[in-house]
Amino acid sequence: MKTTTYKVAEQLDKATLVDFYRQMALLRVFEERAAEQYMLGKIRGFLHLYIGQEAVAVGAIHALGRDDYVTTHYRDHGHALARGLSVNAVMAELFGKATGCSKGMGGSMHLFDASLNFAGGYAIVAGHLPLSTGMGFAFNYLNDNRLVATFFGDGALNEGEAHEVLNMSALWNLPVVFICENNLYGMGIPLSQSMSNTQLHKMAESYGIASAQVDGMDVLAVREAAETAVQHVRSGNGPYFLEARTYRFRGHSMADPVLYRSKDEEAEYRKLDPIAQYGEWLLSSKMATQKKLDAISAEVEKQVEESIAFAEESPFPSPEDLYRNVYAQLP
Amino acid sequence: MVQLTVREALRDAMAEEMRADPDVFLMGEEVAEYQGAYKVSQGLLDEFGAGRVIDTPITEAGFAGIGVGAAMGGLKPIVEFMTFNFAMQAMDHLINSAAKTLYMSGGLVPVPVVFRGPNGAAARVAAQHSQCYASWFAHVPGWRVVAPYSAGDAKGLLKAAIRDPNPVVFLENELLYGQSFEVPADGEHLVPIGKAAVARTGSDVTVAAFSIMAEVIDLRSLRPLDGEAVLASVEKTNRLVTVEEGWPFAGIGAEIAALVMENAFDMLDAPVGRVSGADVPMPYAANLEAAALPGAADIANAVRRVCYRG
Repeated sequence: MKTTTYKVAEQLDKATLVDFYRQMALLRVFEERAAEQYMLGKIRGFLHLYIGQEAVAVGAIHALGRDDYVTTHYRDHGHALARGLSVNAVMAELFGKATGCSKGMGGSMHLFDASLNFAGGYAIVAGHLPLSTGMGFAFNYLNDNRLVATFFGDGALNEGEAHEVLNMSALWNLPVVFICENNLYGMGIPLSQSMSNTQLHKMAESYGIASAQVDGMDVLAVREAAETAVQHVRSGNGPYFLEARTYRFRGHSMADPVLYRSKDEEAEYRKLDPIAQYGEWLLSSKMATQKKLDAISAEVEKQVEESIAFAEESPFPSPEDLYRNVYAQLP
Repeated sequence: MVQLTVREALRDAMAEEMRADPDVFLMGEEVAEYQGAYKVSQGLLDEFGAGRVIDTPITEAGFAGIGVGAAMGGLKPIVEFMTFNFAMQAMDHLINSAAKTLYMSGGLVPVPVVFRGPNGAAARVAAQHSQCYASWFAHVPGWRVVAPYSAGDAKGLLKAAIRDPNPVVFLENELLYGQSFEVPADGEHLVPIGKAAVARTGSDVTVAAFSIMAEVIDLRSLRPLDGEAVLASVEKTNRLVTVEEGWPFAGIGAEIAALVMENAFDMLDAPVGRVSGADVPMPYAANLEAAALPGAADIANAVRRVCYRG
């Protein structure tokens, strides 16, 4: 971590600060175990791991209110867990079981929880940006001071509809926090080979949107930057664009042999592991002892282990479920 | 009963629903200040204001997605496409967001949005402005697809569509906007989605069609398709001709023919006849455009063929 003092560290209590570590550790263990389950054939299809990016979801989502909406892309397990979805329900969804958060109907890329206002992972790159802008539109229309935080990758900024809604969110002053998780690669293409302007937050400025860039490996920096974003939006100043520079330690998905970047580069970024650096900060600021951190690690391991057992034991959806929820009924 | 044009009937449907429910709003290109590209939304801006009748930039993928998102956020949007030809820019949101979200979320997230606008041929507007999307939209499970003909059906079905908790694709026709029909004056005139109307009874042949003057069965809804109405009629007449403006390959007629073959094979005294538009992009020249679209003569010929009368 930088030796900056974090304003937010003074505003939040110790329990909350230590809990950021727990949340990130949970996300990390969950993804690692999900990868194992994938190799065992328990999870199939696509699996996009959030390993390395934990600080962004944990730091940003903590700045939101309960009534705010969260939407995200297909690399969504981290956001779902940071938002508070049950570990059991997420693992069961990955296993395609009826006890999954989307009843086994969505899978890895389509995690939903209406009670937590978690409006989904999304499988079409940039597709959820207009949806999120629409939710912001609804909140303005209803005049209720809610906002929507939408997470997306660097690659999404090449889709036309991302630009369509950057324009409209600014034009109509909509309460949207755009959080770009710039992990420097769109699948296998490095940023410099797909973007004419690699300072992504500057793109937002061209639409008249307030923006900032933050170190996405530093959970307190993210938390602080998200606070600024949320205050801006909630004060009726329109959208905000936060570019979080981060890195995924694994491939784009489980199918990715990662031939497009060097092991040296990966090693350099692993030195910036958000969980390791935050652990060091907690120790050096005397917020936690090594014993405490070890206990947390053991606790989240156990939680994820139990979720795997839960998922294993849960039933598959029944054959009748095939035709359920194609249409909504009039109340 | 009152005399209304289809255009007025559609406007009245939207106005009535917007008066009754503050969560209903209209969004699209030129719907507000211009009073609607085809004047369907005339007067709505004056009555409801710019907060509820919203002009968008030329940005179909963006505003279709915003419409779906607003529905996910608790509102009841009506999204107008200037024509469904332009809706192709928004296809991903129509299908991947609107139609599939309820199912993918295990029933958690409904999307009560209406997508409406003119569909199919107009007059001399050539290939990129003339396509019929009925078959494409009817192909997808997860939403309703409706195609009224008369003003009464336009009004009743649009009101039903706005109230429906599912996404609805509402296919209008520009050439019908100016046509007048008798419409019930009653503000609660609703037409149920999924029910065809028998416009004229007969005994020799069933003609099933939509969006054009159907002599016998006006389907009115394509998804769900009122197969029972068609089968009941075929049981009586034993012969069927389907009529549509769009292309024949994998069209609505193909679906109806399969349905009848599967469910009423022994009832048929002749193969189903399909009348459709010509399997070409719409030409501009006046004579070729006329030749590319089905007319009364084509339907009559098809009817004679299935009746084995030359």
